[in-house]
Amino acid sequence: MKKYSAFSLLRNAISYNRNWQRAWRCPEPRRKYNVVIVGGGGHGLATAYYLAKEHGVRNIAVLEKGWIGGGNTGRNTTIVRSNYLWTEASLLYEKSLKLWEGLSQDLNYNVMFSQRGVYNLGHSLQDMRDIERRVGANRLNGIDAEVVTPEQIKKAIPLINTSANARYPILGASLQRRGGVARHDAIAWGFARAADAYGVDIIQQCEVTGLNRDSGRITGLETTRGSIQTNKVGVVVAGNASVLASMAELRLPIESHPLQALVSEPLKPVLDSVVMSNAVHGYISQSDKGDLVIGAGIDAYTGYGQRGSFHTIEHALQAIIELFPSFSRVRMLRMWGGTVDICPDACPIISKTPIDGLYFNFGWGTGGFKATPGSGWVFAHTIAQDRPHELNAPFNLERFTTGALVDEHGAAAVAH
Amino acid sequence: MLLINCPWCGERDETDFSYGGEGGITRPLDPCALSDAEWADYLFMRSNPRGPHQELWNHSQGCRRWFGAERNTVTYKIAATYELQSGKQN
Repeated sequence: MKKYSAFSLLRNAISYNRNWQRAWRCPEPRRKYNVVIVGGGGHGLATAYYLAKEHGVRNIAVLEKGWIGGGNTGRNTTIVRSNYLWTEASLLYEKSLKLWEGLSQDLNYNVMFSQRGVYNLGHSLQDMRDIERRVGANRLNGIDAEVVTPEQIKKAIPLINTSANARYPILGASLQRRGGVARHDAIAWGFARAADAYGVDIIQQCEVTGLNRDSGRITGLETTRGSIQTNKVGVVVAGNASVLASMAELRLPIESHPLQALVSEPLKPVLDSVVMSNAVHGYISQSDKGDLVIGAGIDAYTGYGQRGSFHTIEHALQAIIELFPSFSRVRMLRMWGGTVDICPDACPIISKTPIDGLYFNFGWGTGGFKATPGSGWVFAHTIAQDRPHELNAPFNLERFTTGALVDEHGAAAVAH
Repeated sequence: MLLINCPWCGERDETDFSYGGEGGITRPLDPCALSDAEWADYLFMRSNPRGPHQELWNHSQGCRRWFGAERNTVTYKIAATYELQSGKQN
């Protein structure tokens, strides 16, 4: 892998940019691998990268049925934060945030991580109590968090409506200054390029159709490009968790829902932080290109169609107009949908399974993007050591039987 | 926006309805007799299929009655809606 640098830019500019190396290879699948990762999204590619880098595992394949980063990695609103309420969740997301902070250097790829601050607004006395509690919990866990007043919010975000006469007046907010946004494609491409440099085979257009087992352990997989032998399979699929688990006759506590988002036409800079509101239920930031990136809640019904109903989008925009009345004149450019796997406690499953050599990492619900590096880091540990890291031990599959849920529904600074 | 055929009221917009999740799940008659795994299966585990899905809907802004539907989770097309007790399709 040739290193990207100011010097390489200059050198390639002189040769009219005709000599750039491919960022990753396009290999044919081999018949045998030490570890196979199913799912070439950000989490899967990160897992392969950390398996190679941190644990020295070689002969790894990442199988992707479409193109890398084409699922939820490319369909989210790119918000990164770690201000979750419960200790188990906040430590996991904080690990991820710490990795984000050094990721561009680590991968030698600009993931455009911009720590512009995340505001979670409160609109009622109870909202503010919840915010005070969550900020306190975050600080006890060593995560930066502060409570800010409507005056401070108005000063930082001049366009926001902090009028006391608003239908849902803004009474304050929590602010995580280290939170922000990143570039969704760059995280997939950066991990792919860095993993490829360790010899990881990234195989696109290769759908897994079966998980082969023999007396309770994994022996390989069937794919649309032939059979592959392996003793370890890590399944990291957003939006297809139940489909993959059913191949191993396992039932999951997951329901897959459409989650939609949309962007406006590009505007001059008007919003330099991320604003989220639990009560009116919308979130918004402005991308480097200038478009407003807007998201909201899931559609009520389950669905794999990567699209949802229009009234859900309408509801999100009502919330945004409530917060930013001046955006009512902005025209929307594109909308899209992803498929999010929701667990009953809004926390992921990063776990060993009843089948030896089969590992699951999914169920991230609506908040997986922020966790991309951390998710890969703990999952690589789980696969390489055949036991969970202490950060992901609480997120096992057994918690739905033991009752030890990590209940982040409504607690995680946004209603899921 | 889905157009849903309520067995009692006829076709209405999706915004008239509330989604009730997977259908055909019966609450165990004697929960105390179940193992933790069996209880977890009832409480949390879902089939979540990619394709035809038997599910519950409530006409919450209309007649407020529950009914069943078979909906494809990929195309979102509703093949049938039916009364829960009689199974009568409309």
